[in-house]
Amino acid sequence: MKELVKFIPLLPLAGFLVNGLLNKKMPKTMAGLLASAVMAFAFIISFLTFLSIKDQPDASFVVNIYDFINVGSLKIPFSFLIDPLSVLMMMIITGVGFLIHIYSMGYMHDDEGQVRFFAYLNLFVFFMLLLVMGSNYIIMFIGWEGVGLCSYLLIGFWYKNQNYNDAAKKAFIVNRVGDLGFILAIFLIFNQFGSVQFADVIASASKLETGSVMLTAITLLLFVGATGKSAQLPLFTWLPDAMAGPTPVSALIHAATMVTAGIYMIIRSNILFTLSPTTCAVIAGVGVATALFAATIGLAQNDIKKVLAYSTVSQLGFMFLALGVGSYTGALFHVMTHAFFKALLFLGAGSVIHAVSGEQDIRKMGGLKGKLTITFITFLLGTIAISGIPPFSGFFSKDEILAAAFSYSPILWGLGAVAAFCTAFYMFRLLFLTFFGTFRGTEEQKHHLHESPISMTLPLMVLAVLSVVGGYANIPAVLGGGEYLAKYLAPVLAPTTEYIAAHGHKAHLSHETEYALMGASVVIALIGIILAYVTYVAKKAVPAEDGAELGFLHKLILNKYYIDEIYDVVFVKPLYALSSFGYKFVEVSGIDKLVNLTSDSFVLGSKVSSKLQTGNVGTYLLLMVIGVIAILAYNFSRI
Amino acid sequence: MESIINVIELDKYIMLSAALFCIGVTGVLIRRNAIILFMSIELMLNSVNLLLTAFSSYSGDPNGQVFVFFIMAVAAAEVAVGLAIIVVMYRNTSSIDIDLLDKLRN
Repeated sequence: MKELVKFIPLLPLAGFLVNGLLNKKMPKTMAGLLASAVMAFAFIISFLTFLSIKDQPDASFVVNIYDFINVGSLKIPFSFLIDPLSVLMMMIITGVGFLIHIYSMGYMHDDEGQVRFFAYLNLFVFFMLLLVMGSNYIIMFIGWEGVGLCSYLLIGFWYKNQNYNDAAKKAFIVNRVGDLGFILAIFLIFNQFGSVQFADVIASASKLETGSVMLTAITLLLFVGATGKSAQLPLFTWLPDAMAGPTPVSALIHAATMVTAGIYMIIRSNILFTLSPTTCAVIAGVGVATALFAATIGLAQNDIKKVLAYSTVSQLGFMFLALGVGSYTGALFHVMTHAFFKALLFLGAGSVIHAVSGEQDIRKMGGLKGKLTITFITFLLGTIAISGIPPFSGFFSKDEILAAAFSYSPILWGLGAVAAFCTAFYMFRLLFLTFFGTFRGTEEQKHHLHESPISMTLPLMVLAVLSVVGGYANIPAVLGGGEYLAKYLAPVLAPTTEYIAAHGHKAHLSHETEYALMGASVVIALIGIILAYVTYVAKKAVPAEDGAELGFLHKLILNKYYIDEIYDVVFVKPLYALSSFGYKFVEVSGIDKLVNLTSDSFVLGSKVSSKLQTGNVGTYLLLMVIGVIAILAYNFSRI
Repeated sequence: MESIINVIELDKYIMLSAALFCIGVTGVLIRRNAIILFMSIELMLNSVNLLLTAFSSYSGDPNGQVFVFFIMAVAAAEVAVGLAIIVVMYRNTSSIDIDLLDKLRN
């Protein structure tokens, strides 16, 4: 198995190279088949690796590829760390990725640039696998940057549209702001621990004291990196704009995999965070604030993909809330279930968009459940899952997070519950407005309404099944479940568990409290669903058209609290002014003048020297004589 | 033979040789006529011949005189080539004024 592990990232890389280099010559269907086949093999190998390491208490191993950097005391090998956490992420990436590749074969069927699309998708999977398989922070960072690059390439895939290019640039630049934090953290880690390998850092960290300034700085900077990549406040603005890319891209990158990179990174460094309670408080606060902020914005959005984008930001906020209150298993569980139902929802949205000939405004949809049966049923299952209704997967993961939040602070639980209520409301609002009622689009679109081909509906069905049964992975003990995920992840979280055991308690909730919390979340979600039903099905309300008069609050959340406009005034315009100043006074007047001066001085020098070449024989003879006399004089004076 | 040459002191030979050499150098630098230029160069070469012979006689070492033969052979070859160049120069400029050869200017 060790020998096969290196093929897991190599196969997508090969797919990228073949599709990328043979762009014009590759037949379109072949590209999709090759890309999907590569993903299938990668998933099979990941699954076999999973089978070989599960149920074994200490089954992690390192696969060394080559010595990447070996300079003095800095040793950074290019190696993969295969342990329960990375294998689970690998399976999610290759498995959900495989389904999305199949879906893309149908969705991008008529697109001219299909081959390029599949090349980029494979490249993305390669980098994402590097990110989760790397055995040190540097390899993780290589993957981190690589997925940012692929996100840029894929968001701006239809590059003829300048708006899409701007969205791609925005995504990349905002990510870079976060990456600065990550890099600084890596420097500090090397400074403090002398190595960037996970094994070394985790071993040394266990010996440090709690709350040291260095550790707090490291973890805060790591969190800044996570904020950029996983779209938390204040660096989340790129994600809604990233919906400019094709829907499979939104499903893969901005729902299931890339945005979970920050959470993976924090779980990987769990001991560092456990030893910095200040950072954990910050993470929990930012997480719940993001969850609430994005959920309120999602209440008023009218573009089907924007609603899902804000929903993603909100759910990521939940995952960070889990990390902040110390429930690493809960966060990873939610990553897994979210990958299933969010990918399902995005792919379903893509199916809807495909059916209504490209329309994305839900005010112009409606009544689609008759015509798009499979899409409707799978979308319904995904919506129920995300709203947290048992026994679907979303209930178990969200409830684990909320229970952990309650034991940390009931206020966090309250805010999380409000966000969960909003989630249930806006998701069902989306469902009702899209699928129920009567069709509000044009006659032309109505004529073309059709269910998507099997290549698109099959992944929907598989993901729907996973969304329904995925919760089985970690049913809590209080409900008689096996908590398989917690046991599976125990080796990775061992340092944290040992620390908590040694340094005091983790507040345990009584069974009654847990039941009460579960009941409360279900009731809250049901209230949200019923409210949405009453508003959009019983009263048949349709959101107002653009330009209509709206109340202050409604306008505020429809315009996403004007956050982009605020950033524009506070950050973008001053930077433009600064760079414009830099251009005028430093570049043109300073550097350009200096460079021109250097070249001009050479020209002047050569002009002066060329006066020596008169072409006159007599002058040359004179110079020759003078030279000989000089040599003789010099030699004689030295005797 | 030795005694006749040794009647005149060595430094007189040196002075004569130096004078001839300086006249030759001056001629090279000043004269514009190409043939006069070559004559001045010959004068320089001959002044060196004279000096070499004088030193060879005074120190009893025949190497000096052998070297003189070499110099004479080289001078002859040089004149042959130089006169050929002057012929071509005349063909191009119809004159033997070296100041007219300034096409390599700047």
